[in-house]
Amino acid sequence: MTDTTAHIDDHHHAGPKGLARWVFTTNHKEIGTLYLVFSLAMFILGGAMAMIIRAELFQPGLQLVNPEFFNQMTTMHALVMIFGAVMPAFVGLANWMVPLMVGAPDMALPRMNNWSFWILPFAFLILLSTLFMPSGAPASGWTLYPPLSLQGGNSFAFVIFAIHLMGISSIMGAINIIATILNMRAPGMTLLRMPLFIWTWLITAFLLISVMPVLAGAVTMLLTDRYFDTSFFNAAGGGDPVMYQHIFWFFGHPEVYIMILPAFGIVSEIIPTFARKRLFGYTSMVYATASIAFLSFIVWAHHMFTVGMPLGGSLFFMYATMIIAVPTGIKIFNWVSTMWRGSMTFETPMLYAIAFVVLFTIGGLSGVMVAIVPADFQYHDTYFVVAHFHYVLVTGAVFAIMAGVYYWLPKWTGNMYDERLGKIHFWWSTISVNVLFFPQHYLGLAGMPRRIPDYSVQFAEFNLISSIGGFAFGLAQLLFVWIVIKCARGGEKAAAQAWDGAQGLEWTVPSPAPLHTFDTPPKVDDSVAVHKDQLV
Amino acid sequence: MKRTNELIVGLAMVAVLTVITWGVFAVGDNMPAGVTPFSRDVYQLHMIVLGIVTVIGILVFAAMFTSIYLHRKSRGAESAKFSHSTRAEIIWTVIPILILVAMAIPATRVLIDMENTAGAELNIKVTGYQWLWQYEYLEDDISFYSALDRDSNAARQIGSGISPREVENYLLEVDNRMVVPTNTRIRILLTSADVIHSWWVPDLGWKRDAIPGMVNEAWTLIEEPGVYRGQCAELCGKDHGFMPVVVEAVSPEDYRAWVAEQTGDQTAAVATGSGQMDRRSLR
Repeated sequence: MTDTTAHIDDHHHAGPKGLARWVFTTNHKEIGTLYLVFSLAMFILGGAMAMIIRAELFQPGLQLVNPEFFNQMTTMHALVMIFGAVMPAFVGLANWMVPLMVGAPDMALPRMNNWSFWILPFAFLILLSTLFMPSGAPASGWTLYPPLSLQGGNSFAFVIFAIHLMGISSIMGAINIIATILNMRAPGMTLLRMPLFIWTWLITAFLLISVMPVLAGAVTMLLTDRYFDTSFFNAAGGGDPVMYQHIFWFFGHPEVYIMILPAFGIVSEIIPTFARKRLFGYTSMVYATASIAFLSFIVWAHHMFTVGMPLGGSLFFMYATMIIAVPTGIKIFNWVSTMWRGSMTFETPMLYAIAFVVLFTIGGLSGVMVAIVPADFQYHDTYFVVAHFHYVLVTGAVFAIMAGVYYWLPKWTGNMYDERLGKIHFWWSTISVNVLFFPQHYLGLAGMPRRIPDYSVQFAEFNLISSIGGFAFGLAQLLFVWIVIKCARGGEKAAAQAWDGAQGLEWTVPSPAPLHTFDTPPKVDDSVAVHKDQLV
Repeated sequence: MKRTNELIVGLAMVAVLTVITWGVFAVGDNMPAGVTPFSRDVYQLHMIVLGIVTVIGILVFAAMFTSIYLHRKSRGAESAKFSHSTRAEIIWTVIPILILVAMAIPATRVLIDMENTAGAELNIKVTGYQWLWQYEYLEDDISFYSALDRDSNAARQIGSGISPREVENYLLEVDNRMVVPTNTRIRILLTSADVIHSWWVPDLGWKRDAIPGMVNEAWTLIEEPGVYRGQCAELCGKDHGFMPVVVEAVSPEDYRAWVAEQTGDQTAAVATGSGQMDRRSLR
């Protein structure tokens, strides 16, 4: 199977050069790169907003920004990080890796692929432009709860338009991924021979298609409430503000798993590689992922236990939420079992994958705590929740993305990244991120609410520590940018099989992967399948 | 030999992780146990669940770090061939389910107790405004507004030159406290006049949203006299961080005296309230 991809014929048609090459490209690798670069830019921008937040919270009293701007920063930080950094990063990884991992020459719908990327910069241009409008950026939290979100000025219409664009982009990306995975797998690549990254992305794509239209519906109702005198969410007109929260979180909870399932996939690729041992419990991983996806549709109201739901409703959502711990636990046990009696080495991708398992587990365990309704009456809307979701989103999703970037950078650029700098980046990030987020558990338990620009002096010490951790973590990411740039420009040449324990079709093509791969599909059977487990 | 090694390292890892966890818990703050039967139930529930997840975390991480320590290439470890075990998978599916059931039972009991708002001896309606609270005592016909106190409000302005550390109970003090009797079952009705707020005093053990067009209810029974402080917990606009909740629990006798004072002085209280409303509309 190694000779199937030896066509290095980049120049068989002369495409446009310079900027036009990137604007008109339909190549999955170039679009993947565009997504990843865009995502990195948004990560730095969203991080800069977080720095403003942490600077204001450095000590009690208002020093730097006024409360309106602070609220704009918390709102924009979330929107930029979720829709601009994490989701496009996963779509970028999917663009690069899905065709390479299933043995397809490109994505199924290359022109739509181009369009789904190029919507994004404009969507974010519109969203970010609200910062410079007279009524300012949205300041009601990324959840845009009415009636508060309806109080803003006309920049609100721009925000909703931007969200619609992001939704369209996501849906098109998801359709493309599903079409590619279901139709373009190499002969012999049966569903249960697919790498886990492919499985998790397939399931994620179905989640995206299911819930992005729900978000579009929710924000469209906000739009008509704001500008066309409807009363979907206005009690005075017969509507219900809580209904918005139900609709929003029917999108919002699957959205949470949209941001973590591909992370599970990445980690499930990396741990077997560096443990030099097959992934433990491959089929149970697939079923666990599917169960988590199904459960994500029936737990949404655990984000809103304090709105005053009927007892039966609260109990249902509590039980359903607790059940998620079971398939999630199975995944964690499987990763640990994969490491068990392996032959491990600890290159940067493996370090990030291990940190992911540890820190995501901490976030998962605090997730069990916040599922307990009576206790959630205390935790809800405090820094405890902020700590919880940053453990699953930063040390979960973002760490997995970084693990994936270090893992596949040699394949993308043909060069090994600087391992020494990678390790510095890892330790610096891992220590500082815990200094940043762990004390926030204490703050929440002690009674500090979320989304406040100023606080009582009893919260001063842990906010100070958290801010110091935040600045250090932010600085570490500039090092990450430098490591990526350095790797793209040169370095030790990477072999096709960049990691000696790596399995899978992507390692059969040369490094850097030529523009066109798998013009003739490779043959896949049990001898080359990534996962041999349980194929009967 | 291999198995013994793993057991010894595993136990050492459990010991190390236990010490680290103990340190992590020792330096931090915890949830207050509070002053009501419900808040103590919640605190207990919190501690039970925290204990369970901590033990699970220590065991999982101990296994993982044992593997990281022993099963590394640099120690000459050869990778095993196994990639599946039905028995292990059944065990780690069933045991978590049992643990979850064990957590769900007390949680359900406490929740059912919280939802039962019957038998109230006193009803207080709380209305959220941007950015203050209104308290209406339905039996005693008392009504007043409660906003951030003057000292905190002066200190919190950008460039005020006043250090928050010099203000007593910075951001956690109001002009008019919500005075309630101890050992009395109080039903609290929550609503809002503008956007969604959330009324929260950690020592009472719960928060509940105040939603325009809806009335939520909750109850409390404060056992110890004292002043209990909290804040609005739902983002409600620019001054969300500046609308504290302060509950002053006094003996039933003192409460009667306070009521008498309020009702005798009703005109003054109303005037204060409307004065604040004027100030609000000027902002």
